[in-house]
Amino acid sequence: MYRYDEFDHAFVAERVEQFRGQVARRIAGELTEDAFKPLRLMNGLYLQLHAYMLRVAIPYGTLSARQMRKLAYIARTHDRGYGHFTTRQNIQFNWPKLDDVPTILDELADVEMHAIQTSGNCIRNTTADPLAGVAADEIDDPRVYAEIIRQWSTLHPEFSFLPRKFKIAVTGSPNDRAVTRGHDIGLRMHRDLQGRPGFEVMVGGGQGRTPIMAKTIRNFLPVDHLLSYLEAVLRVYNQLGRRDNIYKARIKILVQSEGAEKFAELVEAEWLQIRDNAVDLPMEERDRIAAYFAPPRYDDLPDVCPALDLAIAADRRFAAWVESNVVAHKQPGYAIATISLKPHGGIPGDASADQMDAVATLSEKFGFGELRVSYKQNLILPDVAKADLLALWRALDGLDLGTANAGRISDIIACPGLDYCNLANARSIPIAQRISERFTDLQRERDIGDISLNISGCINACAHHHVANIGILGVNKNGTEFYQVTLGGVATEDAAVGAIIGPAFDEWQIADAVEDIVDVYLHQRQTDETFIETYQRIGPQPFKETLYGTDQARQAG
Amino acid sequence: MALIKHGKLADNIWHDTDEFAELQALAPLGPVIVDLDIWRQHRDEILAQIARIGGRIGLRLTPGQTPDLVAADLDHFELIELQFAKFTDGRAYSQARLLRGRHGFKSELRASGDILRDQLTFMLRCGFDSFLVATDHQAEAILEAVEEFAHWYQPALDQGATIPALRRRIHGAAGASTADCAAAWAY
Amino acid sequence: MSNIQNQNITSNMIVQAITANRLSDGYVVYLTERNSWSEQIEDCQAIDDLAVADDLLRRAERRAADDLVVGPYLFKIDNQGGQPVPLGRREILRTTGPSVGTDLDRR
Repeated sequence: MYRYDEFDHAFVAERVEQFRGQVARRIAGELTEDAFKPLRLMNGLYLQLHAYMLRVAIPYGTLSARQMRKLAYIARTHDRGYGHFTTRQNIQFNWPKLDDVPTILDELADVEMHAIQTSGNCIRNTTADPLAGVAADEIDDPRVYAEIIRQWSTLHPEFSFLPRKFKIAVTGSPNDRAVTRGHDIGLRMHRDLQGRPGFEVMVGGGQGRTPIMAKTIRNFLPVDHLLSYLEAVLRVYNQLGRRDNIYKARIKILVQSEGAEKFAELVEAEWLQIRDNAVDLPMEERDRIAAYFAPPRYDDLPDVCPALDLAIAADRRFAAWVESNVVAHKQPGYAIATISLKPHGGIPGDASADQMDAVATLSEKFGFGELRVSYKQNLILPDVAKADLLALWRALDGLDLGTANAGRISDIIACPGLDYCNLANARSIPIAQRISERFTDLQRERDIGDISLNISGCINACAHHHVANIGILGVNKNGTEFYQVTLGGVATEDAAVGAIIGPAFDEWQIADAVEDIVDVYLHQRQTDETFIETYQRIGPQPFKETLYGTDQARQAG
Repeated sequence: MALIKHGKLADNIWHDTDEFAELQALAPLGPVIVDLDIWRQHRDEILAQIARIGGRIGLRLTPGQTPDLVAADLDHFELIELQFAKFTDGRAYSQARLLRGRHGFKSELRASGDILRDQLTFMLRCGFDSFLVATDHQAEAILEAVEEFAHWYQPALDQGATIPALRRRIHGAAGASTADCAAAWAY
Repeated sequence: MSNIQNQNITSNMIVQAITANRLSDGYVVYLTERNSWSEQIEDCQAIDDLAVADDLLRRAERRAADDLVVGPYLFKIDNQGGQPVPLGRREILRTTGPSVGTDLDRR
């Protein structure tokens, strides 16, 4: 893992002191709310429906046991005993008091964490493949580049007041586990003919009101030019992005209005002017950062683990957990285990302080003290010896963290929605709870197989409903919540935006509608087809007919 | 209004005009700031007037006017003023970077409009060296903000060494001096 | 004491109250008849005159900095058995807190 040196420590400490001064000036009445708001947002502090909310960055989703314990401590001491992990690999605390926040930030700085740029119209926390460093299909570790981007983008003097927020995601694999096309800039690693690593640069993706998948503006960017190229993209956007309409201010609208080709020309012209100056990190600095991400000291283990095979044969529930929550590791004898934060009927992404502490301890016992946070709002232990999986699962099961549903229908992504969020139009969490309670039968979930179901409480689409196989968007009609369903979204390397299936459902109909959709799939699927494969083959019509009846479906269709 | 220049309160000697007629009445000309329209329409007359009777001219660019439009004329201006209509409109940061770094503008680069204390360091790092703010009190308050950070991660137009450069110095690799960093950034 | 009980409110009348978030902790507060802010919706001042409502809101906005509250605004309420009840899911949730668990400590 990356570790702060004296410069990182000093910088974060200075930032905390700066914010302490800003809070003091706000409380003393020297700063108006209008002037304070952008300052607190750039330190991750929102004012929500019931209280402040502090969003803490978990850079590229990597956490140490020590950091996880600190999050637990903050949840227990300065909040109400829990935290919410988000799709952007952040954690949110829902009840901090304003004058407590500088102290919380001090505590975070102790463990090399911060809340810088987790909000505001600036470059946000850069996200990455949660399986970075351990995935078998990886070309190079994306965390190295995400950390380089984190440092470069932190309090950038030119790009801190952009037309709108700006999100960058990096993946080091051809298989996209970071929804890179859904970001303002997506970086996907490839090798050139000489075998050198570089990035495909995709620009102008985003969800929200106008979901658009990012366009590739450069097929291959050598890694050593990463920062100058990013700077060129940002400079073009900062000057030309729209500032007259908040809904048209994201870079996706600029790329769309200029056309991807023209936009690429503008970027290339800017890049030509700056590509050989000091912004690009020298290779020795890249290597210095890369050294922090060296793999842990793995034991030399055989890949086949008879004890694991026996345990799988002996315990149906454990077998199901291994099937859904454990994936292959590049190191023989090791596995990657997902800790589900989606117990049936629970709040997606929430973890109690006790759970956080327990997971930290488990990570030390079974996983070199390292944890990951995935955009699917789950935790991951990236380095578990196969022989330890049973003991790990038993411990997790006792903590209500052993649900065997990663990638299943109850692995629902949900934003906080109207239960917490000031922007929301409808609640998300109770809908997620009701739907997941319909799918408590292990065998049924296995039978349904790989599927994604995401619920956003407003058009900002924090839960990525547009790219879910089944997307649910909460809307408000005269003070009453309704839920609009989209089908066919895909979040991986073949990213696609789902289409609205028909009129919205009310909060009591929506779980039935999801069951109906699943039933159509189960009746129509051919051997081994996943939900999305069946949908892509048969199209929306059979789903419409089941949901709305034949006549209405024809009208809606 | 109060002016901060090179880190101190200073008198504002510059006069604004939107009228070319008013400009012509000045003898010698200026110090006066004109907008891009006046400059484009009357460039030759203004230069002739300065040649004849002397004078000093400054230019005001709005956030949407790229510095490329006046790249060839920069030697004529003793001041360029960039505007922050709202503090959330960050276009002038890029304008400043381009004027200083790419086009080599060396004279006074002034920020005006909605300037907040907590943005001053960003402005300084983008090459601004004077700031026109609402009151003396505000000017004093924003001067305090300058010392809040010792070092920054990314190269910009200020003179301090960046954190990556300092690391290289400490870790013994080919160390880059402060001057190297500043020079390398001039593009 | 609920102020709404003392008023003769007919069903077609638009009744409003003023709410904000407290600066120190962001908690929801309501403007009372005595121009103070209370955490209890029962204490809210029910306003049935649109002009008065606008006037009170402007005054609340002007005083927000001194009162240490943020973003005052008007919302509609209904009289249910003598209790002021907000109309619409959003304001209901602001009075009750999140409709889902985990926040056992609230108030």
